[in-house]
Amino acid sequence: MALDLARWQFAVTTLYHFLFVPVTIGTAWFLVGLQTAWYRTRDERWLRLTRFFGKLFLINFALGVVTGIVQEFQFGMNWSAYSRYVGDIFGAPLAIEGLAAFFLESTFLGLWIFGWDRLRPKVHLATIWLVAIGSTASAYFILAANSWMQHPVGYKINPVTNRAELTSIAQILTNNTLIRAFGHTIAAAVLTAAMLFLGVAAWHLRRGGEAALFRPVAVIALWATLVAGIVTVLIGHTQGQLMTREQPMKMAAAEALYTTEQGAHFSLFALGPWSRYPNENVANIAIPHGLSILADNSWNGTVQGMNDIQASYVATYGPGNYKPIVGVAYWTFRIMTGLGFLAVLIAAFGLWLARAPGRLERSSRFLRFAVWAIALPFVANLAGWIFTEMGRQPWIVQGLLRTRDAVSPSVGPWSVGLTLAGFTLLYGLLAVVEATLMMRAAKAGPDPEGTFTGGEHDPDGRPVRLPALTY
Amino acid sequence: MTTLLAASTHGYWNLQTLWFFLIVVLWVGYFVLEGFDFGVGTLLPFVGRDVAERGTLIRTIGPVWDGNEVWLLVAGGATFAAFPGWYASLFSGFYLALFLVLVGLIVRGVAIEYRNKQPGEVWRSRWDTTLAVSSAVPALLWGVALADVVHGVPIDANGEFTGNLLDLLGPYALFGGLTSLALFTFHGALFLTLRTTGELHERSRRAAVTLAFPAAALVLGFLVWTYANAASAHNKGLVPGVIPIAAMLLPFAAGALVRAGRDGFAFAATAVSIALITLTLFLNLYPRALVSSTDNAFSPTIFTTSSSHYTLVVMSIVALVFTPVVLVYQAWTYWVFRARLGDEDAAGMRSPLDVLERSPLGRGGSPQHGK
Repeated sequence: MALDLARWQFAVTTLYHFLFVPVTIGTAWFLVGLQTAWYRTRDERWLRLTRFFGKLFLINFALGVVTGIVQEFQFGMNWSAYSRYVGDIFGAPLAIEGLAAFFLESTFLGLWIFGWDRLRPKVHLATIWLVAIGSTASAYFILAANSWMQHPVGYKINPVTNRAELTSIAQILTNNTLIRAFGHTIAAAVLTAAMLFLGVAAWHLRRGGEAALFRPVAVIALWATLVAGIVTVLIGHTQGQLMTREQPMKMAAAEALYTTEQGAHFSLFALGPWSRYPNENVANIAIPHGLSILADNSWNGTVQGMNDIQASYVATYGPGNYKPIVGVAYWTFRIMTGLGFLAVLIAAFGLWLARAPGRLERSSRFLRFAVWAIALPFVANLAGWIFTEMGRQPWIVQGLLRTRDAVSPSVGPWSVGLTLAGFTLLYGLLAVVEATLMMRAAKAGPDPEGTFTGGEHDPDGRPVRLPALTY
Repeated sequence: MTTLLAASTHGYWNLQTLWFFLIVVLWVGYFVLEGFDFGVGTLLPFVGRDVAERGTLIRTIGPVWDGNEVWLLVAGGATFAAFPGWYASLFSGFYLALFLVLVGLIVRGVAIEYRNKQPGEVWRSRWDTTLAVSSAVPALLWGVALADVVHGVPIDANGEFTGNLLDLLGPYALFGGLTSLALFTFHGALFLTLRTTGELHERSRRAAVTLAFPAAALVLGFLVWTYANAASAHNKGLVPGVIPIAAMLLPFAAGALVRAGRDGFAFAATAVSIALITLTLFLNLYPRALVSSTDNAFSPTIFTTSSSHYTLVVMSIVALVFTPVVLVYQAWTYWVFRARLGDEDAAGMRSPLDVLERSPLGRGGSPQHGK
């Protein structure tokens, strides 16, 4: 019971945290672009856009920061057996993240928000670069920790303590799973922010808002969505190939492949019996040889099926179930990849519309759709993590430690239940507040032209200074 | 189970001891820096009379509070990396207390960041009240938690906590909580005297003068109680004389200094006092990581809970490279925002939204104007 509640708590708090992470990282890089453009051209449009999207950025960032503290604490709170077992390895990237990345990001964010009138423009520009670099580096170290759970490297098991010990930090930080996960996550972050920018620009364009301001935003966002979408998909493809070797059960579950096949079909739509760990599909619409081509780059490549992997794991690790919940793995994988492809199509269509001047602005239906499409990358991001983490079950560390052995022995179900309820309630309230603020700020639009006449003077002859971004 | 004896066989020159004191440094950094953030938050309704004034007070910590809070995350991360067993026992044992701290920190961060994201007296007043409460709660709970770590909680031979929430709320721990709340609030009042001008400065100073004696008396009482605990048979630990004595005298000195108008020295005195109290408690703890009130032999030590030698070496190199850099840029931040804020900052602050509301260009139909 405490185990299930602890898993629910991890799911709720982590997925909630991850709602804000990619959009924050992606937006930081867009702000870098906008503010750099302003610095180089002194065109007030870029400044107004920097400050407008900067406000949206801060509303997201706040929740990303405060929910991040829970992330670091809950390994010890709910998963103390896990923390003891892997702390020698897992703690290092977390501590490095704090020291090398999170300090950077938080300190320079404060300087960026409040430093508009106190720092020279060049130094102020440098602060947003450091925020973006810090938040991206943060992602790297956190993914290093997670990648070790997917594909443990650079460790040995101490026979005396029966715990995992670090033997090579270099291997942890160059884990092949990490390199791909980092590229995939950052590309997805850019995609998420790009679709937010696109949606916001579309909302204003549809209402005849400032086209001179929002058309460039829409076009840039469309290109970013296209490129980031393609990069996300391509890296995702290499991740799938790697997973076929390193976590074959997860990949087989994602494809609802039960028996090992040569020239395996790629499933488009499969239905299994209503059971967590079924042994077969009831129905399956599939592309012949598709999976072998995707997983192995070959027409008749062998792809292992779940029932065969299950048998070999029983031989290796002893009796037990080694399948994840097949339906969850299969459908989250399809939601993630499907939405990724959809984003690329939306971007391509939008760019086709935008090829003639004025066409995009008049495409009312596309603009309305683009506003709703803001939700798509968020759903895809969550689906991706649900797949990654639930697809690894019953392991918490692939092949080393089972989730059921990782939970805190001293924490009872009442404690976990109480805090789960508390976090869910608090996070729910904050979600309402944040969504309201986001919508209001996004709809209010940028400050009118002439608000920021940096270097000019007001009627009383005092220099007009750029205010801090607290409003 | 290695007992306390293991410490002497290892001597003091080892990586575990180095990391124990690095973690002490991180906690000191956290309490000294976020201590005044908590204080400013707690004092908000008492020093700021209206929404605009409270806005100015929040601006004194606005640029730095997030960077200050990272000290906590790094302290937690460093404990995880260097002493996984300590991290596991502490965080799972202090479960509900840490949950309350987390709720406080979450609400507090949101209050600071969201208060100004939308105009409106009611909106801001509510966040101000929220900020005051959510600052006072962690300020109190950190004292409770630290006192519990030193005083001991029920822990079995495997290093697992066996008590419940009530075991964390003993008289000594609650006294520790009151002490940290009073001292952080005093520290925050002194920070405000340094960072404000005019009427706000005067009120901050009066708050500091009022808080000086209660805070100093609580610190004195808490440290004497700590000494008595340490001297008792149950809880043997180091209590070196000069550090706690300096720690208990400094808040009295801070009170005298602020009355004499030496705000800077007074603030330095509370900062050093917080550092020395933290050091006293951790020295009392050393070489244990937690104290078991069940049986002192069960107390996890830094040697029984530490990571492997290799991990400690890696982390030492990382700390050696990054800590000085962090200190430099955080210090620079305080330098950038050294200017005092006063009444005119509240009244004359020109915000884009003010402009927007007055401007005919404001977009009709947006909720800001429609409602």
